[in-house]
Amino acid sequence: MGTAGDTRVDTRVAARPATTRVRTKGLAWLAVPALVFFVAFALVPLIGVLLLSFTSWNGIGAIRPAGFASWHRVLRDPGLPHAIWVTFEVMALSWAVQTPISILIGVFLAARHRYRALLAVLYFIPLLLSSAAIAVSYKALLDPNFGLGAGLNFGLLSQDWLGRPGLALGLVVFVVSWQFIPFHSLIYQGGVRQIPVTLYEAAQLDGAGRIRQFFSITLPQLKYTIITSSTLMVVGSLTFFDLIFVLTEGGPGDATRVLALDMYKTGFQANLMGPASVIAVILVLVGLVLALLLRRLGGRDPGASQLEGV
Amino acid sequence: MATTATAEGRRQATREAGSSRARGGRRNWLGGAAGWLWLVIVLVPIYWILITSLKSQTTYYDSNPLVPPSHPSLANYRTVIAADFIRYFLNSLVVAIGAVVPAVTVSFMAAYAIVRDGRGWFLRSVNALFLMGLAIPLQATVIPIYLIIIRLHLYDSLLALILPSIAFAIPLSVLVLANFIRDVPKELFEAMRIDGSTEWGTLWRLALPLTRPAVVTVSIYNALTIWNGFLLPLILTQSPTQRTLPLALWSFQGQYGINVPAVVAAVVLTTLPILILYTLGRRQLLSGLTAGFGK
Repeated sequence: MGTAGDTRVDTRVAARPATTRVRTKGLAWLAVPALVFFVAFALVPLIGVLLLSFTSWNGIGAIRPAGFASWHRVLRDPGLPHAIWVTFEVMALSWAVQTPISILIGVFLAARHRYRALLAVLYFIPLLLSSAAIAVSYKALLDPNFGLGAGLNFGLLSQDWLGRPGLALGLVVFVVSWQFIPFHSLIYQGGVRQIPVTLYEAAQLDGAGRIRQFFSITLPQLKYTIITSSTLMVVGSLTFFDLIFVLTEGGPGDATRVLALDMYKTGFQANLMGPASVIAVILVLVGLVLALLLRRLGGRDPGASQLEGV
Repeated sequence: MATTATAEGRRQATREAGSSRARGGRRNWLGGAAGWLWLVIVLVPIYWILITSLKSQTTYYDSNPLVPPSHPSLANYRTVIAADFIRYFLNSLVVAIGAVVPAVTVSFMAAYAIVRDGRGWFLRSVNALFLMGLAIPLQATVIPIYLIIIRLHLYDSLLALILPSIAFAIPLSVLVLANFIRDVPKELFEAMRIDGSTEWGTLWRLALPLTRPAVVTVSIYNALTIWNGFLLPLILTQSPTQRTLPLALWSFQGQYGINVPAVVAAVVLTTLPILILYTLGRRQLLSGLTAGFGK
């Protein structure tokens, strides 16, 4: 970095106070193409879904204003609290399963061993499969008649996973964890590697054992990593659509009918776009509230430079 | 075990060296157990998918599901390819490339502007808008997207999938790219300017080469997301000729559900391109991801 400054022989630059950040004016137009795409296909739809929630539309015919009719309909429907509850269950359970395992594996992977680097490569595989591919595979794998359990004559595995409400929900949580624990482990691996080694050396001098070090140094130092990872998990869990749609279609009954699925079925299967838009608005609000809550826990600017403080 | 022995040796060595990575050399039983156990949980289904895809339907029912077939056959792959998977593959490819290239290009330009000229109200609000955009779930906006696509007469076309995919790739791409452009030393920009380069030239000849790992990471990440996307194709297309792979996989299972080996062969085929891409870009992808999220 120093070389660029040394070779520079320019009085204008030298005259400038050293603290001035070099910035250029008139680059705003560079952001316009991105802005156009984003406004047209993300921002306008976001506002549009609010507007559509006050209309009645079957997806094909004319769109008619309907006031609060859709809102009344959705808010009085017992299906809504059920969908919110199932969404919350999936969110809480998948967080509770994924976080401790991801931290453990992350700490394990952070140690610089060659074989652990190989493990990290293998861990990444589930992230490459689409949710549809994972759901299709697990459906085949867990088929009570033709799947793995039946083939091995292993009763525990050959249950009717998709036919019983509790099992179906558990299966969704398991498959979600299977898909995403590797990703969160890698996040934690990165986080652990940024903890200054001196902290551990000091703790060792003070006679702190391995467990004590984990709880007194590793875990507190990982605070921001935990918040980042949890935010991704919690907000991400609102958008589990592909996986649940292909795996259970919300069933058996409505046992795994999360909000996103509720919206899809109301809108594109029952052709009630007005009420479906209401559910979509609720989905956005839940996501926003959760993101803000977690942000408050973190209180950090996500746009800050990665090199700051290094 | 050999590994414990080397770990022991390393611990000894690092202790003598005096500058040990304290957590590196010591054994972590719980983490190790979790790590190896999870590896088994990750690999068993994948192993099952691979060997099952090579079995005939009759061997599949007769044989132990975890034993590889004695006469591996590619017949299932032929079945899958005969079911028009080449077309679905090409559709996915068109959508992925058609969305990733423009998305990363416009995101890079926007990120450059935000880093280099981010004090004005316009770019500050654009930046805030994109940050907010990270929190918009695609699922919640599909009904208006569906309406817009119908009104643009794009329903049941690949372009219908490309346009919203670009929009939803932009916020994260801008965030990550801006983080990396911000780390380019200021002196280099200044030097470029003194050499008479325009900002447009600096963007392509300085910022782009120096942030290439980030650009590769963001491109692979977006390609993965779009390649694996299911909801947009489900809602915005109808005819089999416009299907992308995940949707094709789903309807293939509906059709051939009982033929488990063919279904898992289809899973393998749809994942293969991503596996190749991952192998090529793995190093950059992993370092880029951990740099982007890890802190």
